[in-house]
This record gives sequence, structure tokens and C-alpha cells, in this order.
Amino acid sequence: MSGQKINHILHQKQNIPICFSEAILQKVHKIIAHYPEGKQKSALLPILHIAQEELGGYLNVDVMDYIADLLKIQPIEVYEVATFYSQYYLDKVGKYVIEVCRTGPCAICGGEDIQEYLEGKLHIKDGETTADGLFTLKTVECLGACGFAPVMQINTEFYEHLTPAKIDIILEDLRLNATNDKHSDKTWAEKYS
Amino acid sequence: MGRKILLENSDIPNIKSFDVFRAHGGYVSVEKALKTMAPDEIIEEVKKSGLRGRGGAGFPTGLKWTFLDRKSNKPRYLVCNGDESEPGTFKDRYLMEKLPHLLIEGMICSSFALGVNTAYIYIRGEFKYLLGILNQAINEAYKNGFLGKNILGTNFSLDMYVHPGAGAYICGEETALLESLEGNRGNPRIKPPFPAVVGLYDCPTVVNNVETLANVGYIVNFGGDAYASIGLGKSTGTKLISACGNINNPGVYEIELGMSVEDFIYKEEFCGGIKDKLELKAVVPGGSSVPIVPKELILFTASGEKRLMTYESLAEGGFESGTMLGSGGFIVYDQNACIVRNTWNFSRFYHHESCGQCSPCREGTGWMEKILWRIEHGHGNMKDIDLLISIADKIEGNTICPLGDAAAWPVASAIRHFREDFIFHVQYPEIVKNIKHGALYKYDNQD
Ligand SMILES: Cc1cc2nc3c(=O)[nH]c(=O)nc-3n(C[C@H](O)[C@H](O)[C@H](O)COP(=O)(O)O)c2cc1C
Ligand code: SF4
Ligand code: FES
Repeated sequence: MSGQKINHILHQKQNIPICFSEAILQKVHKIIAHYPEGKQKSALLPILHIAQEELGGYLNVDVMDYIADLLKIQPIEVYEVATFYSQYYLDKVGKYVIEVCRTGPCAICGGEDIQEYLEGKLHIKDGETTADGLFTLKTVECLGACGFAPVMQINTEFYEHLTPAKIDIILEDLRLNATNDKHSDKTWAEKYS
Repeated sequence: MGRKILLENSDIPNIKSFDVFRAHGGYVSVEKALKTMAPDEIIEEVKKSGLRGRGGAGFPTGLKWTFLDRKSNKPRYLVCNGDESEPGTFKDRYLMEKLPHLLIEGMICSSFALGVNTAYIYIRGEFKYLLGILNQAINEAYKNGFLGKNILGTNFSLDMYVHPGAGAYICGEETALLESLEGNRGNPRIKPPFPAVVGLYDCPTVVNNVETLANVGYIVNFGGDAYASIGLGKSTGTKLISACGNINNPGVYEIELGMSVEDFIYKEEFCGGIKDKLELKAVVPGGSSVPIVPKELILFTASGEKRLMTYESLAEGGFESGTMLGSGGFIVYDQNACIVRNTWNFSRFYHHESCGQCSPCREGTGWMEKILWRIEHGHGNMKDIDLLISIADKIEGNTICPLGDAAAWPVASAIRHFREDFIFHVQYPEIVKNIKHGALYKYDNQD
């Protein structure tokens, strides 16, 4: 599985020069300083979150190689991690990634209907992106919000007690705001102040 | 009954902020600990309190702390486990969101007791919103002299940082969590050595759950005996229970250990009974990993005693008729819930979340998912039911970490208590294929 994923990554290499902005670089160095001298690899997970958000919405191989360079580790160490965790995307995704919880507690409270409703409304299946590049639909496991079922996250923001009517409003809002580039929630980098 | 330790002040406006928290007695335990107590005295009080790990296993916290290797000259670490990904569990996020300073206060006292100068809070990546809340609270604690160098003018120093994961249930397992904190894939390590000896960066490390650490301030303030006087028998103190599923009042409740399960399910101030006046069918009381039990066995033990919300009572009868308190993720199923479908759902979860290091877990969870899919979708046969038991049996106890067991128990217990449901699925495939499962449709059809 991972072997295939890594092959997939390597085929995308374009050798495009990539760099964080000065402000983000400062944050990144602050995060590296959270860990002991020589243990800068510990900063990999938070920095990959930032990289994904700031450098194009997914982790392509050029981005990952840049992060490896930045943390003075081998590129393979970054690929290993990027292919393990579900929040890192290895391919281009929509502007809004809708992650619907499919696990037991949500499922017995209507989670499966929510997934079905979203598929019907957006005309895409699990893992696909709408033609306009706006929405990616993805089922995920328990989001730790089971008491508010059914639950989904859109770009890691929680939406709870979902009904078809609520979803109509949420998606309409996002469509209207799509031209506005500002995230409604703070970015990963902004969470470190 | 009914005393609170953690959520007593949770409704006070802006208790999230340092000033309000401090004005309501916050950080008093840090002053007491650092200025009037020796580290060993704190460990002694925690031992006396009977506090048990709230992350799922229920291991005595004081005892765990005594395992920390104090002879090596390496730095020691405290790591707070805020990964909270066990289906049914959403209490730690509630605590961190409402009362971030309560956790920080408990972690400062704990670090002082353990001789730790660097502490990390590991949160699951999906809790991105908590990263801002916790970082802000930590910054306030630094500004007010409760973190950093020479805290309160003593020679104790402590740095604290938050570390986000990136989506992987297995990172809740303590050694996988340490791997993840080191910037690696979340592959659990073989134990022993235990983290108390070889943990983060190969240094002695204590890993404790959010709720466990949040209790330490109270124990320092009022003493281990006072804590132990709350609760029942060896289940001391209170427990956060996150209740969900087909109930009227899902949410997070702090209960004094020892109340009856029946009161918890039916009383208005807790779950408030089953939704839509339906009948209770089954409960998974401690997160998806613990055995599912039918109504008769969750309300009463096999010997006919009232089942209580304690570690001991819920476990009474062993796996034949009992279950576990686990993480306190209390999932309630009504009469319409399909146990086969739920078991398939949980198997899919464990298959998806298996890290893949051990073949019994990696392959076995996949086989169970496939077979359960088959039965649930009307393609099963009678032999499949026993095949499931045999696979579950072969996974259990044969893996590096307990995820294997956690995947096996729900399947074994569902078949033990609801075998007739599985048989029905095999005997009547045409009926099974045509059932609409979504709860929204279920409600539509009612009137
Ligand atoms: C698969 C798996 C997942 C786990 N997930 C969590 C979790 O999300 N949070 C947690 O505190 N403990 C979790 N644990 C338990 C931890 O390994 C560890 O026992 C716990 O953090 C210790 O803290 P405590 O003694 O305070 O409970 C998990 C264990 C396993 C095997
Ligand atoms: S039991 Fe499963 S999750 Fe745990 S180490 Fe083995 S393969 Fe990984
Ligand atoms: S099952 Fe959906 S959030 Fe837990």
C-alpha cells in the first residue's frame, strides 16, 4: 500500500523551487525550538500541516523535499509520515474538503444518510472532487464528537447535528464565500502565536 | 453521591481565561506543591487517592509514577495523551476546550512530582481548534509565572508545548504516540521496555490521559484521602462519561463513580432515557473497544445485582457477561439498531486504523470486516459466524499492541450476546438486503 503511494509521489516531481514566506519561516523555527536540540524531526507533523495549507493545499513531492531539507532529514522520512496520516493529502483536493464521520455512533444517528445526501447533492462519490474544484468528499473515522452526531468537518472545522436542510445552508454559504480567500477559521500557522 | 471535581466551575463565563480561572481558586495547587511539598509527598498523595488512568486501561496513576526511572541522568518527560480517537469518546476535548488551565495546573503539579522540566500535550490533528485554545492558555501561564524558569521563585522550571497529530487512531496508544511525537509513523513499540524507562527520545517518560492529569490539582489541594472518599471502593473519584447514540441527552457528564447504570441511562439529568420512547437494546459503555452487552446485562449483573458505574461492577462476570468502563465512551443502542451492521462498522474502523505491523491484526481485522460485510449485506453463511469467532480468538493476545484485542472483543461479544441477529441475517438475506439503515429514514417512516 505505502509502496504504491510512494511511487505515486515520486512520479509527480517537478523540481519547482518552493519556499515558505518569511513570516511563516519564523513560525516554523519557533516550532522547531519546542523540541530538544537535534530532535528537530519532532516538528515534522505540525510543519506538514502548515506546508499543506500554505503551499498549495496538498503535499506534492517538491513540497515534501523542501520540508526534508528544512528539517535536515531524508526525503523518505517525510514520505513515510505523509503516507501514514489521514489528514495529509497526496493529491490535489478541492478548496473545501468535506470529511464525513462514518463510524458507529454517528452511523446509528444518521451519518450514513448524511454521506448519501452529500454524494447526491454534489454528484460525487467518496474520495472525489467536484468538477469546479470546490468540494472534495471524504469519509473519515470517528472525529471525537459523537455526542453531536451526525458530524462532519470542512477544512478541520466541525459541523454538528447535521440534517439535509443544514447541509444545504452550509454548502450554499461556502459557495458564496469561495471567491473570498480568507479561511473562516485560523490557519495552522496562526494557531501558534 | 454527585460530587464534582473537574467540571464544578465549567459553566463560569470565561473560565477559559487565566484571570477568571485564577479568581476561582485556579493554580492554588501549584503554589502549595512547589512551596510546601516534596515531590515524593505528591506521589504519595496520588497513590493514596486511588486515581486510575482515565485513558481506558484504568492503571493506578501513583503506581505508574513510581516506575519512572529516576536513576538515569537523562531528562524526564511528561506527555499528556489528548489523542482521543476511541469511537464514543469525546470527554477530553470537552475538558481542554472548557478548562484548559485545569489541565495545565495538573500537569505542572505532576511535572514537579516527577522531576520533569519539559511536558508535551499531544492532541489529535482533527482538534486543530484546540491548538489555539491550549497555546493561548499556555502563553497566559508563562506570562503569570506558572511556566518557564524558576516558577514562583523556586528552582523548579517547566516548559510546556502542544503537539498536534495528523489523523491516526493508533497514535492514542502510548508508544505509537511517542513515535508520532518524534516525527515518525505511529507504529507502536514492543513493550517492555515501558515508556517509564525508555520513552520519548529514549528518556524516562510518563504518559497520562488528559482527564487523569486534570485530577492532580484537586489531589494536591485536598489530599489523597479526600479524593479517595469520593466514589465507591477501588473506583475512587469521579469520571467523565461521554454519552452518545440513541439517547435523549447526549453529552459529557461528570459522575461520581458508583451510581447505577440504570440511573445514568434513564435519569433526566444524565442520558434522559432512550430517544423516541424506544426500548434499550444494548450498550457499549467504555468506547468501541469494550464488549457490547444487551439490556439485561448492562442494567444487572448475571447474578442479578444492579450494575454500577465502577471499574469493578461493569467488569463483573468477565467477558461472559460483563464489559469494561474503558474510556467512558458510553454508546447506547435502541431496539432498531442493527448489531450486525454496527459490528461490521467497528471492524471496518479497526481494519482502517491498524498500523499493519503485526499480521494477525493487519490481516485479521480485514478478514473480519469482509466477512461481516458479507453477512450484513445478505451474502453470509452459517459457517461465517464461527469463522469470525475463530479469527477474533487468533488475533487476541497475539499482537504488539492492544489494538488487536480491541478489534477482537467487539466481534466476539456481539456474537456471544446477539447470535440470533447474525443467524437471522444469514437465513433471510432478502429481508436483510432491503432494510434501509439510516436513522433519518428510520424517523421518516415512523409517522
Ligand atoms: C489502540 C489504542 C488507542 C488508545 N487511545 C487512547 C487515547 O486516545 N487517549 C488516551 O488517553 N489513551 C489511549 N490509549 C491508552 C494509552 O495507551 C495509555 O494507556 C494511556 O494514555 C495512559 O494514560 P492513563 O494511565 O492516564 O489512562 C489507547 C490505547 C490503545 C491500545
Ligand atoms: S496490533 Fe495492530 S495496530 Fe497494534 S502494532 Fe500490531 S498491527 Fe499495529
Ligand atoms: S462516531 Fe462520529 S464523531 Fe465519533
